[in-house]
Amino acid sequence: MEPARFLGPSLGLSAILFTLGVAGVLLRRNAIVLFMCIELMLNAVNLTFVALAQLHGVGGWMMVFFVMTVAAAEAAVGLAIILAIFRHRQSVDLANINLLQG
Amino acid sequence: MESVVFYIFAAAAVLGGAMCILQRSPVASAMWLMSTMFSLAAIYVLLGAELIGALQVLVYVGAVLVLFLFVVMLLNLGQKSNDLRGPSAVAAALVIAGLLAIELTALWRYTPRRLAAEVTRVAGTPDVAAAFPAGAAMQRAAAHNVVQSIAEPMFRTYLIPFEITSVLLLAALVGAVVLAKRRI
Repeated sequence: MEPARFLGPSLGLSAILFTLGVAGVLLRRNAIVLFMCIELMLNAVNLTFVALAQLHGVGGWMMVFFVMTVAAAEAAVGLAIILAIFRHRQSVDLANINLLQG
Repeated sequence: MESVVFYIFAAAAVLGGAMCILQRSPVASAMWLMSTMFSLAAIYVLLGAELIGALQVLVYVGAVLVLFLFVVMLLNLGQKSNDLRGPSAVAAALVIAGLLAIELTALWRYTPRRLAAEVTRVAGTPDVAAAFPAGAAMQRAAAHNVVQSIAEPMFRTYLIPFEITSVLLLAALVGAVVLAKRRI
């Protein structure tokens, strides 16, 4: 029995999803949608880990756990920051958030 | 049969991701992202990681996306006409994303056999199971008992990262509470 199934298609799908996430981060100005695109990129990386874990053993699954934890923490803190910015500026448009631009 | 299911879910995932970045409303984006995450959970099951698929549904769909929806509804953004960047930024973004896609989709060509050939550096057709003994062993263990095959490395080999993760979660918890408070 082949030890890994769908390795190439999984890696290709993960590449497409990662690219979509990058495109979303570059295209959109809404900070919430930008965070969603970051989650999409993290999901694509998780798919790579799961696909390669079929060959390399259970370490890939462990990395997926850690990535999920970091993603959840990042979403919680990031959305709290967005809430604070919205309270301050009444907007989550990234074009309006230019305090550090000098 | 399985590959048909795989490609259906892969197409659903790509459609969900594309619609997520194209939808105007953040709620619609979150819904499309949810369909992507469900499709990815199904793909994890097809790849033999049933526990990861279940966790994907519980953590991402059940927790992270609900958090996104909560924030969208808290902010009460209203309808924006268009939140894409300007035309020059859009062109630059599409060029960057296109180059990245061309680079990364070369991974499509990878098969277990080719990966084994590159790792072992043996000409001809190498034995995949011999090149990656951990993979075959893990498949047998996973078929026997999924949770045990994960729990043992988590609390032995990966104990230190596991504990660091718990500290990270605590820090994120405190940080989120402090940032979201109206007056500190």
